[in-house]
Amino acid sequence: MTTMTLSRRGLSFWAQLVFTLLVCALLMAPVAMSMLAGVTANYFVGIKSGLTLRWVEEVWRLYADTIFLSLRIAFACLGCTLLLGVPAAYALARRQGAVARAVEELLMMPVAVPGLATALALIVTYGGVGDLRRSWLFILIGHVLFTLPFMVRAVLAVMTSIDLKTLEEGAASLGAGFARRFFSVVLPNCRSGILAGSLMVLTLSVGEFNLTWLLHTPMTKTLPVGLADSYASLRIEIGSAYTLVFFIMIVPSLILLQWLARHDRSAP
Amino acid sequence: MTDRFHLDAVPIRLESCGKTFPGGSRALEPLDLTIRGGETIVFLGPSGCGKTTTLRMIAGLESPDPGGRVWFGEEDVTALPIERRNVGMVFQSYALFPNMSVAENVAYGLKVRRVERADRERRVEEMLDLMHLGAFAGRRVDQLSGGQRQRVALARALVVRPRVLLLDEPLTALDAKLRDSLRLDIDRLLRGLGVTAVYVTHDQGEAMALGDRIVVMAKGRVAQIGTPRDIYHRPTDGFVADFIGAMNRVSGQAQSGALRLGRGAFPWSGPDGPVELLIRPEDIALAAEGEEDTHLDGLVAAAVFLGDRTRLVVETGDGPPLTVDAASRSGLARGDRVGLRLDPSRLLNLPQP
Ligand SMILES: Nc1ncnc2c1ncn2[C@@H]1O[C@H](COP(=O)(O)OP(=O)(O)OP(=O)(O)O)[C@@H](O)[C@H]1O
Ligand SMILES: [Mg+2]
Repeated sequence: MTTMTLSRRGLSFWAQLVFTLLVCALLMAPVAMSMLAGVTANYFVGIKSGLTLRWVEEVWRLYADTIFLSLRIAFACLGCTLLLGVPAAYALARRQGAVARAVEELLMMPVAVPGLATALALIVTYGGVGDLRRSWLFILIGHVLFTLPFMVRAVLAVMTSIDLKTLEEGAASLGAGFARRFFSVVLPNCRSGILAGSLMVLTLSVGEFNLTWLLHTPMTKTLPVGLADSYASLRIEIGSAYTLVFFIMIVPSLILLQWLARHDRSAP
Repeated sequence: MTDRFHLDAVPIRLESCGKTFPGGSRALEPLDLTIRGGETIVFLGPSGCGKTTTLRMIAGLESPDPGGRVWFGEEDVTALPIERRNVGMVFQSYALFPNMSVAENVAYGLKVRRVERADRERRVEEMLDLMHLGAFAGRRVDQLSGGQRQRVALARALVVRPRVLLLDEPLTALDAKLRDSLRLDIDRLLRGLGVTAVYVTHDQGEAMALGDRIVVMAKGRVAQIGTPRDIYHRPTDGFVADFIGAMNRVSGQAQSGALRLGRGAFPWSGPDGPVELLIRPEDIALAAEGEEDTHLDGLVAAAVFLGDRTRLVVETGDGPPLTVDAASRSGLARGDRVGLRLDPSRLLNLPQP
């Protein structure tokens, strides 16, 4: 029976399955361990010390504001990258010239530059402007700078894969002016790219540490900065509980966006 | 049924419309052309000759070089963008909106024109019925066959009652059989609607079947404008003659008022010297070798059975081989010897391209 199944599926199938599961286990184990540590009464004693939500409460008490700030920055960042990135991708897709291609290449630059360098540049340039340095908007600027290329790339990829020019000409031939064409034909047909880009921007922004660490002030701590902080200065259980909170926060939104993206492809 | 959809017949006039693309390539020499109201005119020509460019200029997707003017009836539309010209356009790739169903695609132009919902739905339904698409109203466009998409594209363009219908190679993406049946549908539709239509193709069969008049284009110029019969029987230059249908070249010798061609001699008014003449396959009659009144003898080098006739390639030993049509049941085959009789009244003497 087993040999039959084996021969039907082929040995390589099982080998690949085992390998995949192994890799998953390897990746998941630290995450699982960390989350478990977050609800363990005493990490050094181990699980037999009992499970508790005390640490989670502690995290909430100490760091709730960092969580809300992270969320606020992430969604503001998403809004900015949508407003800037989608039109930018559209312009790049519609222009054939060498300039457009050069801009496309340049767009990858901020990703290649280390976050710390970008942050320093921001501080040097805008650090002295009014109250900006102390405002959460300063971090937002950094995040927009960092995530914008991802949004543009994701949207541009979809825009170049469909014949946008002809679609628009089709709409124009039916009497639609620019705004109407853009909202009724261009945007809906790029939805999958926009969703993919949004997913990317949200996750990148919520998890961003390099830039943020340099840009933050004691009043503008984001979740990852708070996490580093708690690992460095508090009990390991609190840090772990923090990780747990982070997951509970980020995973549902990821699943929701994934679902939207999939739903988009099969919907009429 | 189509009476209800009868559309206005607006004449179109192009006035020295040339097109130079940025980068300096001259796609179109300045062109003057009048298209009568209700007429179906076909732009025919080899790839790259400027057919699409001309069509897009009429549509408003390209503007002519300075000095060019486009008229729809008495209205100068040169400066109007496509969305304000009220044209219907069918693109080679159809350009259907993948984010909308068939019915939504067809309704789009009506929505843009703010046609009331009830009226809109009725018109969409009527149009879908006319195009035999009623059963597909709710489908997504990527769930349609090529022929169905093509009909949606036509329905979408027609439902807004355009002043002018523009079609850019609408059948090229389809297989031969579908092409034939859709060609008949389009022909019936255009006649029934009475709309002024401009149809671009590089298929001469399509051009002959659909066009009231054909504009043969070559290298950014108009080579000839005329009815299909004119173009076929009275081409004005060698390019048109060669491009439309099969054409033979025979060379003769003119001498003191007579043209010697093989064994034959015809009256001739031109100057003395060698002459190259053109003749269609159907104007060459086959006879037995050496029979009286034949002008040339030849050897059948190839015989292609086409069903209704057999197309022969005959080597005469003098100049290029001739294409001749034999009756379907003639039984002529490769290696047979034949005599050829040319119809002197059908010989064409044209300036060479
Ligand atoms: N946007 C453009 N920029 C530069 N040159 C162009 C552009 N569009 C067309 N051309 C050139 O203009 C000429 C005419 O093009 P056009 O598309 O009108 O040809 P066509 O007759 O429609 O050919 P086909 O049968 O291949 O569609 C071609 O040489 C083409 O390379
Ligand atoms: Mg073309």
